[in-house]
This record gives sequence, C-alpha cells and structure tokens, in this order.
Amino acid sequence: MTALTELADRSRDVLGGQAVVTDEASRRTYECDGLAAYAVVPGLVVLVRDADEVRHVVGLCNELAVPFVARGSGTGLSGGALPHAEGVLIVLTQMRTILDVDPVAQRAVVQPGVVNLDVTAAAAPHGYHYAPDPSSQQVCSIGGNVAENSGGAHCLKYGFTTNHVLALELVAPGGELVRLGTTAPDAPGYDLLGTVVGSEGTLGVVTEATVRLTRSPEHVMTLLAGFRSTDDAGAATSSIIGAGIVPAAIEMMDVLSIQAAEEAVHCGYPDGAGAVLIVELDGPRAEVDAQLAEVVAHCDRAGSFEIRQAADDAERALIWRGRKSAFAAVGRISPDYIVQDGVIPRTALPSVLHRMGELAEQAGIRVANVFHAGDGNLHPLVLFDANREGETERAEELSAQILALCLEHGGSITGEHGIGADKVKQMPKMFTADDLDTMQLVRCAFDPDHLSNPGKIFPTPRLCGERPGRRQGSHPLQEAGLAEVF
Amino acid sequence: MLDRLLEATGGQAREATADDAVDGVTAKWVAAPSSTDQAAAVLRAAADEGAVVVVRGCGTALDWGRPPRAVDVVVSTEGLDGIVEHEAGDLVCTVEAGTRIDDVNAAVAGSGQQLALDQPVPGASVAGALSTSRSGPRRMLYGGPRDLVLGVTMVRADGVVAKAGGKVVKNVAGYDLAKLVGGAYGTLGLVTRLVVRLHPLPTASRWLSSSYASTDDAVAAALSVVGSQLAPTAVEVRRDAGADCAEVHVLVEGTEHGVAERLPAAAELLGPDSGDGPADTATLARVEAGNGDVLVKVAVPLTHVAEVLRTVVDLEQRLGLPCRIAGSAGVGVLHVVVTETASAATGAADAVAELRAATGQDAGAGSAVVLRAPAEVRDLVDTWGPVPALELMRRVKAEFDPDHRLAPGRFVGGI
Repeated sequence: MTALTELADRSRDVLGGQAVVTDEASRRTYECDGLAAYAVVPGLVVLVRDADEVRHVVGLCNELAVPFVARGSGTGLSGGALPHAEGVLIVLTQMRTILDVDPVAQRAVVQPGVVNLDVTAAAAPHGYHYAPDPSSQQVCSIGGNVAENSGGAHCLKYGFTTNHVLALELVAPGGELVRLGTTAPDAPGYDLLGTVVGSEGTLGVVTEATVRLTRSPEHVMTLLAGFRSTDDAGAATSSIIGAGIVPAAIEMMDVLSIQAAEEAVHCGYPDGAGAVLIVELDGPRAEVDAQLAEVVAHCDRAGSFEIRQAADDAERALIWRGRKSAFAAVGRISPDYIVQDGVIPRTALPSVLHRMGELAEQAGIRVANVFHAGDGNLHPLVLFDANREGETERAEELSAQILALCLEHGGSITGEHGIGADKVKQMPKMFTADDLDTMQLVRCAFDPDHLSNPGKIFPTPRLCGERPGRRQGSHPLQEAGLAEVF
Repeated sequence: MLDRLLEATGGQAREATADDAVDGVTAKWVAAPSSTDQAAAVLRAAADEGAVVVVRGCGTALDWGRPPRAVDVVVSTEGLDGIVEHEAGDLVCTVEAGTRIDDVNAAVAGSGQQLALDQPVPGASVAGALSTSRSGPRRMLYGGPRDLVLGVTMVRADGVVAKAGGKVVKNVAGYDLAKLVGGAYGTLGLVTRLVVRLHPLPTASRWLSSSYASTDDAVAAALSVVGSQLAPTAVEVRRDAGADCAEVHVLVEGTEHGVAERLPAAAELLGPDSGDGPADTATLARVEAGNGDVLVKVAVPLTHVAEVLRTVVDLEQRLGLPCRIAGSAGVGVLHVVVTETASAATGAADAVAELRAATGQDAGAGSAVVLRAPAEVRDLVDTWGPVPALELMRRVKAEFDPDHRLAPGRFVGGI
C-alpha cells in the first residue's frame, strides 16, 4: 500500500468518505489556482471541516512523510496553492463560519475559508469593515489572504493583511495546534504571527484568524482624472503625495488598459485619455472636502483635461468598474496575457514606464499597465498570442525583464501576488544566498522535513539537519526546572 | 578577545567598566562597530570564542525583561548612526540601527515628513524601539514599530549578514524577518540597518482634554471617540497615583479646516468639561518609572480597558501602593507604574498577578509584561506571564542562536 493510499484510508475513517477525494477526474479540478499556467493534479484531496480534521490530516502527513498544500478559494496569482503530485491538497472552503463580530473590541474571529468581503458584510451593520481589499475580495478567502499577506487598492492608507491580523490558530507542520498572538497587540514572545502572515502556506495551515475591524469613514469621495499621458498622470500622483495627502487609493491605467476596459465593461472613461487616475479620499467630511480641492488643483496643474467626481455610490462603482475589470478585460484585446506584479519606489515611476515601453517595443510585444500608483506597485499586463511562433517565449522574457527593471530601481519582484511557484527562480535576484538561508532558519524551526507547501518561495531548500554545538529541544536550564518560571 | 574586537571594529573596542553592566550583570568588553561588516566581524569573533553578546542601543531599555545570565561582549550600536538614504517622494528612509528616532525626525522634518514613533523613554534608537516593541499614543493611527519597519539588515549569531524586506512600501517577497526580530530583545540577531516608512507631518495638530470622576466614565468617553468617525490620531486614558479623577486626551490632526470642524464634534463626545488641553505628544507618550518602581506593559482588547483601570484603582486602595496608568484606549496598550515597591515587594508581585488576571492573559486575551522592576520584586514575579507557542519559539531560537549566546535568559521562557 502506498503512503497516499494509506493516508486516504485513514483520513476516511475520521473525515468520512465524502471528504476524501481520490478519483482522478475530481482531483483534476484542483490542479491549479488563479495562475493556470502551472498545473499539477494533487495526489489526494481532502475537504476539511474543522481544526481537528486539519490536525488529523497533517499528523498523518507527518507519520507517512507526505507533503501537503493548503488551498482556500484558489484565486492566488503566483501558484502558491499549486498542488503536489505525491501530496495531499487540504481544501479549507468548507470552514466558512464567521465565529464572532465584536464592534466595540474592533475584532472579528473567522474560519480560514470565509470570503474576504463577507467579513465586511458582517461588520457593516455596526459601521465597520475589514480593510484589506484585494481585487478578488468577492471570492478570495481570509486564509489565502493571510498566506499571501494580501493588499488591495486601499492598502496605501490602511496597510496590508499583516497590519490587520491579531491572532491565528495554526496547525503547525508537525501537527500541533498552536495559537499565535492574542486578541490584544504585542503578545509576549517572538512575533511568530507576523512571520506566518505572508509565508505562503510554508509554515503550517491556518484554521482560525482574529482580524481587526476598521471604523468605516464618514465620507468617501472618488475622483477620475483623464490625462494625455502616463507622464502627466505620474506627475499629478507625485505632487499629491508630495503635498502630504494620503488618499485611500491612487490607481493609474494607461491607454491600452483603458481601451480594454472600455471594450469589456463600457466604463465611459474620458475620450482621448492616454492615462487615467482614480483617486479616492476618505475620512471625516471636513478633511475630505479640504483635500479634494487640493487634489483637483494638483491634477489641473499636471495637465488633466477632464475631472469627474462621483456624487454617490453608483457613480463611484462606475469609476471603479473599469479598474477592477482591467485584468480580465485585456482578454478582449489579446488572446493571451501574463499578469505581472512588481514594485518600484514611487519616484522611479516615470523612468520605469519609459524603459518598459522601450523593452516592449524591442520585443514586439504590447504591455498594458494598470497599477497602484500611490505605492509603486505595478501590474504590467504582457499581451501575446500563443499561436504565433515564438511569441510566448518573447512575452515571458519581457515579463522577466520587467521584474529585473524593478530590482534595478531598488524595488521588489512582488507587491501582493506572492512568490509561490511562479517566482521561485527570481528570488536569488532579489536576495543573497545568506538572506534566503536565514529566512529558511524559520522554516527549519517550523517544518524541518519540508512537508508544508514544499517547492514554494525558496529555490533551494535548506537542509535542516543537526549542526555542531546545536542543542536539541529545550534549554538545559529549563530541563533543570530553573528557567520555566520566568 | 579584546584584540579580535579591536581588529573587527578598527579600534572601537575596550575593556568594560562598571557602567557597562547590563541590568546588574557585569560585562567584560565593549565593541562599537560602525558598519554592518564590522558588526559581522564582531559577531564572528564572539562565535569563535563562544562569547555571550548583548546588544546595546541608546541604553533606554537595557534593563527591560530579565537580566541576561552572563555578558561577555556588549555590542554598542552607537557607531551605527545616521541616515543612509531619504528619498522624500517615496516617504521611505533607510537608517543605521543606532540612529535616534529624534535624529531621524530632525532630518526628515524639512521635507514635511515624520517617523511617527512615540517614545515612552526619550532618546531611543530606531532599532531599540523595534527590538522592544515600544509605542505610544499615535500608534492608533500610524501603527507601531512592527507596522513602520519595511526592511532590516541583521547579523546572525554566527556572523552571517542577512536582509529581509526592502525599501518599498509594498513587498511580499520572502519571510518578513523584520517582524521576527521586532520585539525579540536582541535574542535572535543584531539589527544593523532598517528601512522605515515615513508619514507626512499634519498641517494642524490639536490635543483635547477632559477629566472624569471615575475611570469607567473616562473609558466610556474615550471609547465613544474611538468608535466615532472623527479619525483621531490618538485617544489616551490616564489616571495618576492617588488621583480622584481620570483623564482622557484626544489628538486630532489634519488640515486646518478639517481639524477646526472635527474638534467641536470630539469635544461633544468628551462632555462639557473638555477643552483644548495643554497636553503635548512627547509628554503624554513618556512613561516615568524610577528605580524603585515596577513598570508593567498591559495589552488588552479595547473591551478590557475599563477593567484594567478599575483594577489599578482597586490595587492602590487595597495594597497601599500608589499606581499610575496611562495608555491608548484606541490600541489597548497601556503602561502601569507601581511605585514605592522596594519595601513592599510581595504586594507589588501581587499587583502584577492581579493586573495580569485583569488582562485575561491566562485565557489568551491580553498580556501584562513586567518591563522593569527592582530586583526584590523581580525575584518574585513572572516577568512575561504565560506565553502560547513557547515551544515553537524555542525552536526558532535554536535555529538562529543554537549556542544561546545572544542575551541568554533575557526573553520569554528563559530564551
């Protein structure tokens, strides 16, 4: 009997037959996440309902030395939930209960499969919301957000998932159930909570999250400004930030992505725009009003030829519709495309956009640009036709060149999509061998056998062996009963 | 050893004096590297010799936590000083670890920017604030050190240099080691350089203050502002030792017009006695604790703030030990100072236990950590209280510092 067969049998005893998926056709439906370029049929799929079941499965994985991968809604864009052919895919979508909403404590406790937007829906009647808002928030899960440290359009002002998670319940890779953090800040001890958020499922399986709820603003004003060029729109962004204004969001789209969005959702952006900026201000009404006047003035001075203000939620939704549809919309103007995710210091924006244009021209490939201009997070969409000889390769090469360009300017190879399986090979370009080795010390502490989502983030697994002088287990003072009381 | 330290630091090493003792533990040598490379050479030398290392910044919190079991080399970050890079348009600044928060602010103020880190003890370095998770009133809006540090360069116990994070605001590549070394009290490595996020200086900034007959009334007023849509920068509650009243201070910042409109609304929530306070941020952030005092950091869910204040008043009356409390009702982090404890060590230890019970630490709700205390009290109290996931923390320590040479014994569970 193979390890996987034994694991399936013994899982069935505890989880029930329905929860253990072995037939190939059903397993195949889980072969990829939101990055369909990578596909692996998982060796086994289990649909878990609570932390005990997760612990049981992870315990079996340890006993039988079988790797496991956790999966939420499967919307990730870096192959972070790419299954393992000889491993177990632990699917958490049935753990969808919001356990508690406490507006006075400004906290919610949720299971990992809870959809991001459902947290906000539960908090909204109390005047609160869950701040991190990735574009996929209608479907993506909190567990996936925790794994990827998801951002969103509004993280410029409100921060990322890591700033909004207070505590986690985690089945560590060894199978033990641990709590990291408390419902209050600064729990004593190492900040393992902050380390686990963004670790892409390599440090265990999250089974519960306590998240911060944010008081919803008194007033929101959304503004759409049309510019002749990305240079002008970039100049407006710089002067807004330079004036000390922190908008809730500043998003930019270039001419190609505007064209795609028009074709897809008829968002009615200003005619002839070479770039548009969406600026959202929120907060107390008096502050928003004061800042709005300033933002309009900055856009005017930078050469904006049309500025629209959303008067109500319906108009705001219309402005956002073009932006939020942009990734899918480029399907209208190109049969295939790569969604890239890189970060540059905001001040490097004009030179990076120019250089990217040159690289695209040299490659004979079009690049549409949609990005979070406020924090320098670029999402170039590299457009190609896989049916044309050699175009896929050229598109992939251009995509890699764009990341190299981000690094040249002191940026990052990912702002929110994660390393996953997709960017493993790029990691040594951003980090030295010593940097990666040091990060993997954490991995060795949590998962010395590399069972939890192996093959992600790190190009070369660190050998977690015994080292000279290393003490195993507890400290001698503790063993002697001296240190534990402190 | 001294020869190796002198070589590693280009002459910036010496025999330790009595003044270099760490929380009463005598040190042998002091080394002050002025670059990451020198720091790495110092830690390599210490590793070769099996020497115990304690990192010292500006010395504002050297006696926080437990005393180390031994100290061979004090590594001072005084030579790691200065702004490395400040690109104003990016609102990001790279600094050497030993740079004082005040110096960073002086350097970036000209660009209309700030490093929004309050200082419970003035004169702290950026790395010191990160390593001990220090925060003050404005954490409510800007976050604490863990939220403001974007990247770190560190030297491991074995002398290997590693960095994590970066110099952009948004970045999810690799593990966030800045979080791990934050609040680790120097037990995982020596931070030599940091990248911090800056914020624009607000145009207008006003404190509003009010006083209440009971702590419950004060907390209720504070929470009404916390739960409002006024977006305050800070909401502080305070009660001085022996006082028959409690205070609330609210910081409203923004544009001139916006602040002028929001102040009356905040005043209405605080009640008829509220007014523009004489308060200022640096004073409210400051935590005064003398050598005979016990300083406890309390962290609770906002729903437990009132209970903590009630406990402090009750302790004072029952134990006869004057107690002060001040902190953020918007964040749930407060500092309690129990005074005149030297001759009442048992009572002070009881006070710590009762405060801890009020935080719900046993049930995983909050925590009460003794930052500093006279030796008589420290011998009687559990400094850190119960720590969940301690076994995982030990394993992390064993990977980063297998020989337990970095501030051994200072941290939780004897780490």
